[in-house]
Amino acid sequence: MIVVLGISDPWISAAYIGCILAMLLCVVYGIINWNKGDEDEGGQISEEISWHDKEQEMEEKELGLWDEEG
Amino acid sequence: MDLLTLGIVVLIYLLLVLYVGYVAWKRTKSSEDYMVAGRTTHPYIMALSYGATFISTAAIVGFGGVAGVYGMGLLWLTFLNILVGIFIAFVFFGKRTRKMGHNISALTFPEFLSKRFDSRFIQYFSGLVIFVAMPLYAAVVLIGMARFVETTLGLNYNIALITMAVIVAVYVVFGGIRGVMYTDALQGTIMFFGMAFLLIATYWLLGGVVHANQLLSGMASMIPAAASSTGSTGWTSMPILGSPFWWTLVSTLILGVGIGVLSQPQLVVRFMTVKSNKELNRAVLIGGVFIAMMTGTAFIVGALSNVYFMQHSGQIAIQATGGNADTIIPLFIATAMPVWFAYLFMITLLSAAMSTLSAQFHVQGTALGRDIYETLANKTGGSSIMVARAGILIAVLIAVILGFILPANIIAEGTAMWFSLTAVAFLAMYVCALFWKRTTRQGAIAGLVIGTVYTVFSFLFINQKAAAALGISQALTGKVVLITTMPWPVVDPIVIGVPLVFIITIVVSLLTKPPSDEHLDKCFKDVG
Repeated sequence: MIVVLGISDPWISAAYIGCILAMLLCVVYGIINWNKGDEDEGGQISEEISWHDKEQEMEEKELGLWDEEG
Repeated sequence: MDLLTLGIVVLIYLLLVLYVGYVAWKRTKSSEDYMVAGRTTHPYIMALSYGATFISTAAIVGFGGVAGVYGMGLLWLTFLNILVGIFIAFVFFGKRTRKMGHNISALTFPEFLSKRFDSRFIQYFSGLVIFVAMPLYAAVVLIGMARFVETTLGLNYNIALITMAVIVAVYVVFGGIRGVMYTDALQGTIMFFGMAFLLIATYWLLGGVVHANQLLSGMASMIPAAASSTGSTGWTSMPILGSPFWWTLVSTLILGVGIGVLSQPQLVVRFMTVKSNKELNRAVLIGGVFIAMMTGTAFIVGALSNVYFMQHSGQIAIQATGGNADTIIPLFIATAMPVWFAYLFMITLLSAAMSTLSAQFHVQGTALGRDIYETLANKTGGSSIMVARAGILIAVLIAVILGFILPANIIAEGTAMWFSLTAVAFLAMYVCALFWKRTTRQGAIAGLVIGTVYTVFSFLFINQKAAAALGISQALTGKVVLITTMPWPVVDPIVIGVPLVFIITIVVSLLTKPPSDEHLDKCFKDVG
């Protein structure tokens, strides 16, 4: 019987080692992609601006509604 | 432990939390700030907030105690927590959710689903499901925290309940999601160091990893009769295939946590708080290590506590605590660890509870404010923050009231019911929203409504534990459950519900008119 890390049941040692491997997967993935996936700044900014305008428009409309009511 | 010192340590901790909440409040101006932190959250804060929200005190003390009784088989749960709860969630769900959420300018999980399927009904119905079902789950965490403060600080339970609720409420109401996430990051950091020390110190104390594990393996014959009769074979071996404990382990694992975690509204919304995939890539690393250290430590230490108790008192852990699994971890800390660590561990547990509770309050508040009130009243924009704040206050009030009136038997069921309901109601719709363009509004709505009705009906009339705790079936029909033939009374609605809702969503979608290309282009712009 192979004893891994002092655990003889392979199902349990597999879980133990699986946890370590799953954690390492996250670590390696994070390191490899550390600087990848940046957004295109220009597009992002124009998107934000149009969005902000829309939100502001809604706010004004709503506040206007409130004025009429109150 | 000195009560005065502990009181001072807790006070310093609470002041720190409130200070961080104050900083968050100063940085919160728009509704985008309040709901998704302006979408500019640092990956460290995002990852720790996700992890600390995910892990409550119950995961550390409750499940750690279960590992003390049943052993290291629970490490499969940790494995899935990391692989599904972090890796798959961030890499495959998180990135798409973030980009799509940005394309359709969604601020909450129901709003995300609603705008993706172009249906306001989805928004207020999902908001309602969250707002009605979550108080049970929030009350469970709040009650756990109050009981813990009651036993450690010697405070009256009622006072503890109200004080803790008020403190969390203050920084959630004022700071919004920034308040929640900044304090989560602080609490997550404390939790990480607390649990890391506990793991290292325990192995150190017991003579190293291999030696300690071998000692525990050698104790297999001492497993209590109650545990072996349900299938347990030792602390470092799997339970007997098909035994009740094996079923609990496998079904809780794969269904409750493995699947349930993916469609948790309070976790999904965190994907929408970062600026780009770069932050999510970095958060995978931080989150993976964090989760491994949380539940991994709790299960390993819980199991190994048997070795320590055997060496020092000649009893296994569950005997040393007089039969109460919930006190295995606290007793082990109190007897085996240095005094200063006992203080740090108190703060660790307080952090775990507060970080989960704050997210629950926030998501309920935005569900009531943004998703229900604003959608039904046809108002969006300016008043979001005020309405969400009112919603949070109502959520806190409900949790406190439930904390006073809930019977003990419903407490344990609360979390399981919440996970089942969200998985059955939301998972199919969420997966289809992200990965299947052919999904139609009608398909999504059919799945959502039928899934919700099915789960609620199951809990009221079919599932033995839930139906007995809720008592509605008993009152209406005179029977605890309508069907007594096995295995129906013990089957969790998630087992049938999730596949059922997937089939309904897919079939109805195929039978109805596909969504317009224009809408899909908008949703899927730059996604994947």
